[in-house]
Amino acid sequence: MTFSPELEKRIEKLLASYPSNRRKSALIPMLMYAQDETGYVTRELVEEVARRIGIPPVQVDEVVTFYTMLWRKPRGKYHVQVCTNISCLLTGGEELYEHTCKKLGLGHRETAADGVFSLEEVECMGACSWAPAVQINYDFYHHVTPEKLDQLIDDLKKVH
Amino acid sequence: MLYNEPSPLETRVLTRRFSLPNSASIDTALANGGYQQFLKACGMTQEQIIDEVKASNLRGRGGAGFPTGMKWGFLPRQSPKPKYIVVNGDESEPGTCKDRVLIENDPHLLIEGILIAAQAVGAKAGYVYIRGEYRYLIDIMEKAIDEAYAKGWLGKNIQGRGVDFDLYTHTGAGAYECGEESALLESLEGKRGQPRIRPPFPAVAGLYQCPTVLNNVETFCAVPSILEMGGKAWADLGIPKAGGTKLTCLTGHVNKCGVYELPLGFPVEKMINEVGGGIRGGRKMKAFIPGGSSCPVLKGDEAWPLTMDYDAMAKAGTMLGSGGVVIMDETTDMVKAALRIMHFYAHESCGWCIPCREGTTWLKKILTRLDRGVGTTRDIDLAGDLAKNMLGRTFCPLGDAAALPTISIVEKFRDEFEAKLRKVQVAVPAFPDSPLVVMQ
Repeated sequence: MTFSPELEKRIEKLLASYPSNRRKSALIPMLMYAQDETGYVTRELVEEVARRIGIPPVQVDEVVTFYTMLWRKPRGKYHVQVCTNISCLLTGGEELYEHTCKKLGLGHRETAADGVFSLEEVECMGACSWAPAVQINYDFYHHVTPEKLDQLIDDLKKVH
Repeated sequence: MLYNEPSPLETRVLTRRFSLPNSASIDTALANGGYQQFLKACGMTQEQIIDEVKASNLRGRGGAGFPTGMKWGFLPRQSPKPKYIVVNGDESEPGTCKDRVLIENDPHLLIEGILIAAQAVGAKAGYVYIRGEYRYLIDIMEKAIDEAYAKGWLGKNIQGRGVDFDLYTHTGAGAYECGEESALLESLEGKRGQPRIRPPFPAVAGLYQCPTVLNNVETFCAVPSILEMGGKAWADLGIPKAGGTKLTCLTGHVNKCGVYELPLGFPVEKMINEVGGGIRGGRKMKAFIPGGSSCPVLKGDEAWPLTMDYDAMAKAGTMLGSGGVVIMDETTDMVKAALRIMHFYAHESCGWCIPCREGTTWLKKILTRLDRGVGTTRDIDLAGDLAKNMLGRTFCPLGDAAALPTISIVEKFRDEFEAKLRKVQVAVPAFPDSPLVVMQ
């Protein structure tokens, strides 16, 4: 499996961050950075990461099944995450999530057939004072209204 | 960048460089006192640094509030093993968004705090663990680390003082549990984020079973100003037993939500009405959470006379927690709030201990029934009892964190649970023969 030169550079730096007998520490960051390129954690990626770190693939699976940000099925190019936790709930997060479901025609952790969008109702993302909040991939959007969300999604559709 | 206007009532100590242009750059930091306290620390003994931190009454800012100086003092002076500094930037406590602001606006303050801690215990390497969702902060932190290496504030023989220290970032991948210190260490070692049995504590056997200082981002960020002002003067910013300032996140139904740096002991009434601009729409405050959803919930009337500090909150039966203040006005559906909070803990329970894994899921089911109006009065008692049975029966505090808000909401807002039963009994005539409803 080949990675882009940028990812290779990042992985090299990552592996140098930990003591030489503690390469397993690089596991979670390596999966996260690689997933950004592959879209999700494929079988091939599990085996590649296991090989690079020098552990059995089952130890990679153990980790992948624990962390919610590591995806075992394809996500959209734009992964829309709407927070409905307490601070967002109080400021309209639930209505915003329902609106987003309708707008995208998707439910929790579902990906559109054309692979452009996927949706997730997420737990607290750390934007509580500027709620309700949405993350699209790694970008934060604060004080999001249904109208603002429509605009964001329509703009992304155009770019795509 | 800053996402809300600062308040004139703030005491800006940790956040004092935030309003400067390019506040995250090393040039801005160095031109405005950055790294000078690390140089001061280089001329102090380990005991002197730790004593200064003890004198400041700094308590851990992640939520538990353990005295920082004492925590550092637990590390063995002599150790054949290397020592590590680990920064907890896994900020995921609902209602809390302060570490994000600190790293985004002044990463060099964090690096300086880490360097001082490293001097205090003799550590040579450190990791900044940042939650996966905060990827942009990893980029900001890495840029800051690169700048610090380039200008000789990290690496070998820092500023010719004979001090070596290496610093790295480490991304999480979405797990609230990794904010718990021993689970964070497991995650940093490339494993599932499940807690370790303690003792031994991280000070003795932390990362790679080596002595480790593990503190919250804000705790490290407080350290440079402690050395600058002196521990005693820093402590006096707050109140006796709770020194300094605290980044406080106002969230929910206040007019001016935002992150504000307020001295410990700040009155709740002043915080809500003057810093926060009052309750939305001039309404009454129904409920108040002082520091993240893991704290017991207070009724609005209980909260108004309090002050924001560890002892005052403990006396009122809750905790200061992480600084994530959640304010709920009279329109809030408390049953729904309890359910949403439990939904979170059921999702985030790591599955290691049965009382937490099963308890949170059962509670979620019971609260769902109550919220939908198909519950019974017995469900209300069951929710309270079940939550009480989780207390103190798990390896890590997640079990308590899930139980405490439920117990407090059920006790203090029981009338709302009952009203929902009655309301739905009338509103949903499809259920009259259901045994669940007959039991009333």
